[in-house]
Amino acid sequence: MNVSLHLWLIPLLPFAGFLLNGILGRKLPKVLVTTIALLAPLASFAVVLNAAANASGLSLPHVETYGTWINAGLLHVDFTFVLDQLSLVMLLIVTGVGFLIHIYSAGYMAHEEGYWRYFAYLNLFLFFMTVLVLAGNALVMFVGWEGVGLASYLLIGFWFQKTSAADAGKKAFIVNRIGDFGFLIGIFLLLANFGTLSFSDIAARLSANPAWTGGILTAIDLCLLVGAIGKSAQLPLYVWLPDAMEGPTPVSALIHAATMVTAGVYMIARTHFLFDRSPSALTVVAIVGAATALFAATIGLVQTDIKRVLAYSTVSQLGYMFLGCGVAAYSAAIFHLMTHAFFKALLFLAAGSVIHALGGEQDMRKMGGLRKHLPVTFWTMTAAVFAIAGFFPFAGFFSKDAILYAAFAQGGLGIVFWFVGLVTALLTAFYMFRLWYLTFFGESRSPDVHPHESPWSMLAPLVILAVLSVCGGWIGIERFSAFLAPSVGEHPLAGSAQLEIGLSVLAVLVAALGWFIAHRMYHRPKTSDGLAADSPTGYNLLLHKYYVDEIYNLLIVKPILLTSKFLLEWVVDFAILGGLAWLLAGIAQLCGAILQRWQSGNLRSYAAWLALGAAALLLFVLVPWTSVLAGLGIHVGMVGH
Amino acid sequence: MSPLFQQQVPLSLYLLLSAMLFALGIVGFLIKRNLITMFMSIELMLNAVNLSFVTFAHQWHTVFLETHAGPGADAVKGQIFVFFVMMVAAAEAAVGLAIIIAVFRARATLAVDRIDLMKL
Repeated sequence: MNVSLHLWLIPLLPFAGFLLNGILGRKLPKVLVTTIALLAPLASFAVVLNAAANASGLSLPHVETYGTWINAGLLHVDFTFVLDQLSLVMLLIVTGVGFLIHIYSAGYMAHEEGYWRYFAYLNLFLFFMTVLVLAGNALVMFVGWEGVGLASYLLIGFWFQKTSAADAGKKAFIVNRIGDFGFLIGIFLLLANFGTLSFSDIAARLSANPAWTGGILTAIDLCLLVGAIGKSAQLPLYVWLPDAMEGPTPVSALIHAATMVTAGVYMIARTHFLFDRSPSALTVVAIVGAATALFAATIGLVQTDIKRVLAYSTVSQLGYMFLGCGVAAYSAAIFHLMTHAFFKALLFLAAGSVIHALGGEQDMRKMGGLRKHLPVTFWTMTAAVFAIAGFFPFAGFFSKDAILYAAFAQGGLGIVFWFVGLVTALLTAFYMFRLWYLTFFGESRSPDVHPHESPWSMLAPLVILAVLSVCGGWIGIERFSAFLAPSVGEHPLAGSAQLEIGLSVLAVLVAALGWFIAHRMYHRPKTSDGLAADSPTGYNLLLHKYYVDEIYNLLIVKPILLTSKFLLEWVVDFAILGGLAWLLAGIAQLCGAILQRWQSGNLRSYAAWLALGAAALLLFVLVPWTSVLAGLGIHVGMVGH
Repeated sequence: MSPLFQQQVPLSLYLLLSAMLFALGIVGFLIKRNLITMFMSIELMLNAVNLSFVTFAHQWHTVFLETHAGPGADAVKGQIFVFFVMMVAAAEAAVGLAIIIAVFRARATLAVDRIDLMKL
């Protein structure tokens, strides 16, 4: 069937919003800015819904090509958008959650100076994110990939007057460069080995050569993985994400929790046919994911900034998704991506509501007792906390369980991954309930602040996301993976229903244990942190985030800065620029010193030179030199004479 | 032809006189320190040149009379040039003397070796 779904509208509508608000926003009235900014993602969402409604009648993947982009020798790249089950799920998340967060932003950012600028950036982000998701080849995906990085940079540094925000933006951008470098090398390798960048062509080439495994494919996978690690904030490139919390809270919810940071997972799922051919690369993916999940969760245990807890939790949950990809359970990873988008966006938005209520306070040590003042925020956040902790029947239970089960069912190293995932689940439950207790229970630790519930424009998205956080997982992994199977392939697991139920019960018990410990420690909080009293050394290590930032600073940032400072000050400035200036000045000085001798200021010497010159000229003209020279036996005459 | 014309002074003597005057002018310009003396040396050189102009003009005039029916326009070019030189010399004298007076007022000396304020 050749029905056009007008997929191009999905990215271009937010782009139109970006152009309108970005160019005219300063002059437009606020109502109009809001209308444009909200209509763009809503219309985009409507197009996605329309595509979803029509998808069943089409043969997926549905490809739309809008023309040739590059046609140079071997390299042929089209503007291609692809709608398949995978991109459909992702689009629904991006535009749907994106729209909710736009609504929320209208309330949250209402009193901001750069209101129009904020919404222009947010629409720009949606444009690039949908391009990334819809891309039918690696290069179009790379455009979206870089674009979301740009939008992320702009939004982290939204309050650019604050040095920390500007620095965080730069940090995110630069760390992402490392990952993007890997992605780019991967694209080059794809081009060199397949002669095409189109995902479907590569997949077709691979299925035509069933024996082709490992080798160069492992290299390609690892390069793509580096890109995914950068974008999805995995070890060792996760450092930018916690700092990205300097941006406005809705941005943290949309870009740094629900959508952009999951692009790495999406990319791995999109290129799963490459990863499937390299078991060693998959193992690396799983190791990275499991290590990140555990590592970030431990840091999250002791953070005091409410947004930083959520940031480390995001890193940790992304680790779960990588773990899922690493055990070839792509649909489980995408499932967790979806539920995580719901409950993590909700957590951030609820945290934003709390911060809003307290007039910008982010330190949980100064919160407490907010349950009475912010009932809607409290109940929606509770749903999210239960979802992320993995309690039945909340969304997180189903997706996390699916990943853990897939890891366990793989056997061998998979059992280790499962165990790491289980420990992480315990830690997750602990730090989420710690946040819950510190924020909403006990007595207020800032008595002179009078919190107020947020406006409805902020609460409505919370409620919708809360419903999704509760129900989002009910579809079940079986139906979800059956739906995704045409996109990411079938990966039957070697487990049984009894095993799955057993593991689920175990996971819930572990989560309950985490809740219990958090309850003991934080329900009636003492003056100091419970963990700090029990193990001061470990507590300090965690509080300083394993000193990773300090180590990076010492090992990478400082040497680079010193080298560039040396290059700039001594090689470029001193040697090249200074040397050039000195050389020119020296030449001028030398010429001057020579010519100075003629400028004696002695009038009679000038006259003498003049007379001598005139005499020499006369001599030259009057003496018949050719004859004289001929007399000496030298012939210099002109031709013909 | 009258005997007076037949016993005219030969051309070379005029040119020799002109060259001697010019050389005197150069030497005077080079060895004298007083601005006015140097100035007079310049006048001497100009007049030496004038003398050679007039000499050549007269010579050409004679040549023309012998070869043509009458003197051509070229025959008086040298004479005309002498007037130009005299005019320039007069202008130069006016400006030069004015400068000399100004220099003397400012520096109370006319020794060129001591008028070297512009030198570094």
